[in-house]
Amino acid sequence: MTIDWNHFTPWAALGGGVLLGLASALFMLVNGRILGISGILGGLLGALSNSWFHKKTSAFSDAGWRLSFLAGLAAAPWLLVWLAPASWIPQPRIEASTTVIVMAGLLVGLGTRYGSGCTSGHGVCGLSRLSPRSLAATISFMAGGFLTVYVVRHLF
Amino acid sequence: MHRLTEFAVGLLFGCGLVLSGMTDPGKVIGFLDVTGLWDPSLALVMGGAIAVGVLGFGWARHRSTNWLGGDLRLPQTSQIDVRLLAGSAVFGVGWGLAGFCPGPAWVSMAAGNSQALIFVIAMLAGMGLFEVLEHFKSPTKVQA
Repeated sequence: MTIDWNHFTPWAALGGGVLLGLASALFMLVNGRILGISGILGGLLGALSNSWFHKKTSAFSDAGWRLSFLAGLAAAPWLLVWLAPASWIPQPRIEASTTVIVMAGLLVGLGTRYGSGCTSGHGVCGLSRLSPRSLAATISFMAGGFLTVYVVRHLF
Repeated sequence: MHRLTEFAVGLLFGCGLVLSGMTDPGKVIGFLDVTGLWDPSLALVMGGAIAVGVLGFGWARHRSTNWLGGDLRLPQTSQIDVRLLAGSAVFGVGWGLAGFCPGPAWVSMAAGNSQALIFVIAMLAGMGLFEVLEHFKSPTKVQA
């Protein structure tokens, strides 16, 4: 194991992480909900599916909080461009081809719904709640991630 | 009031994702590449988040309502089964392939990144496929 000192950003990581933990705690304390992005997005599609298959439109009644949260999330990069120094905002480095991105998106969509959560719901909220179920899920997706990067970067 | 607080928390979480480096797939893959040149930053992101989260959720456990007077919807499921583990592993494979997980992809899409937009569309298709598969598995069950 060799540490990549050129890209290691301990202070930004810790500071950003504190904001993530604070937002997750506040979402439970203020709004009484788990801050899990895949669940919030998936719930919107669940409402669509219920109205399509069951002609049940009442499922849309809980779309409001999901949309408000997602709008806030979407506004974040625009607020930061305005407030934060440009050097604080990382430029995305994307190596994957469009085909791989489509495959990855499908797997992330399916996997997070079957696994009932992603990095935010299991990784941040679940581990903060000391939930063994979320710990198991987090170990599982971390293992999947480590293994995939190993295969893609070092075997091919 | 509710809508405003939900928006504000989303904004705060999104700022955390950008500032921590999570919206850079290169950084995510740098963390997942333990056998290569390893960037440990994301371990500190998780550490910082959980240090604060433990306090907040510990506090929430001792309350019966949220600050706006509504329910505290803490998860009640504790079952660890194949569905949880296999689903999470599949998510991990997708995460490792592109370096995007749902939150950062949503934020990058909003910032105007076209690759992130493609990822989000594919991810929503995957989530939609889940809904359809679940429907045909138990057509009478209406999910929340």
